[in-house]
Amino acid sequence: MQTIPINTYNSPTVILELIYRLKVKDVMTGSLISVPLGTTMRAVQHLMREKAITGVPVVLNKRLLGIVSMDDIIQALDFGYINDPVEQHMTTNLILLEEDMPVSFAINYFDRYRYHRFPVLNRHKELVGIVTTRDISTRLLWEINHEVENLERMNQSTRITDGLSRDVQTFSIMKHDFENAGFASTEIKKKLKLNKIFPRTIRRAAIASYELEMNIVVHSNGGHITAEFGPDEVTITSKDTGPGILNVDHAMEEGFSTANEWIRSLGFGAGMGLPNVRSVSDDFSITSDAEGTTVVSTIRFSDREIKQQAEEDVQHD
Amino acid sequence: MISIEQLFSHLGYKKFSEGDLQKTITTGYTSDLLSDVMGNADEGSVLITIQAHKNTIAVASLVGMPAIILCNGRTPTEDMIGAAKEEGIAILATSESQFTASYKVAKLLALV
Repeated sequence: MQTIPINTYNSPTVILELIYRLKVKDVMTGSLISVPLGTTMRAVQHLMREKAITGVPVVLNKRLLGIVSMDDIIQALDFGYINDPVEQHMTTNLILLEEDMPVSFAINYFDRYRYHRFPVLNRHKELVGIVTTRDISTRLLWEINHEVENLERMNQSTRITDGLSRDVQTFSIMKHDFENAGFASTEIKKKLKLNKIFPRTIRRAAIASYELEMNIVVHSNGGHITAEFGPDEVTITSKDTGPGILNVDHAMEEGFSTANEWIRSLGFGAGMGLPNVRSVSDDFSITSDAEGTTVVSTIRFSDREIKQQAEEDVQHD
Repeated sequence: MISIEQLFSHLGYKKFSEGDLQKTITTGYTSDLLSDVMGNADEGSVLITIQAHKNTIAVASLVGMPAIILCNGRTPTEDMIGAAKEEGIAILATSESQFTASYKVAKLLALV
């Protein structure tokens, strides 16, 4: 049986995203109870009872020297050395975690080693916390609860026709949902293709909707993409629920990005998204505050394009 | 212009998704930035990249790219392969670099 019954390589994407996004420092207990060298095993025994804990680190100048576990105390009582100082009997063969490791590491460690807790060090090798399976389970439950709330709120793509007999499609987009990213743009593209819109126009709409969709996935707390199909144009509106863009002018500059390393490693966050949307749009507007960001991109099925396409068709014939 | 089938047979790269063997490749695009691919790649090109995940398929499908070559020993994730099969996009993988793969594809297309 696994200590924490979560598979760290092929669980649902939401879970994988969680256990890789959360760091050990996000789940560990940071307010540490530790003892200095020279403390007796007896004193540790009392401390454990008093604080209701089952393991106590031995520390010198923030450096971890060992851990006294409940088992060490039982041994000490059994063999009559309970009044000895901790340095003689503490466990020194320690498996350590670093605070910046993803939680998935900790989960693997609990499966691999039969310890109930792992000390956590920062990059200066100083002891900063302790992680127990309980710490991880509690935090994961809390996070999963949050994700389920999001899922419940997320309604499937809805299709309505407004009073002007324009087709309207709405798609809910969730934060960090790379799994379904591209769904809205693919649907919009399909719809335009069905309406026999010219490929070059479809391409522009696909670029605009894909970039806006990815922006919601990468940067926002979640939101919607709405596509309104008119006789002469398609209007794509992206609306999210925050946290807003600090400086919209910067965000419109090519190459400016606030994406983190993980996002960049996936090939996103190159600072091309919004500039790309603007360059393919006939009308473009963006407003942003802490409540959220709204981008409206209109792409017209222009005569110029129709003409161009016709000319190309003649050439191909 | 070459077919996907020819791409497989001439390059000898590992096949992860067959795609549509009859479809043709007219050019190539080499990039790891998906926004760059989205904005600048031509329809009908083969994408040469190290982005071995599902989002690459979404981009290739939106742009209309029938094949992807993954370089530097990257292998596709299971869900990437699944999505590629669904969309009919070929995936090839090699330990060669993007430069080498691009060069070979260009040579095949007789662009150089």
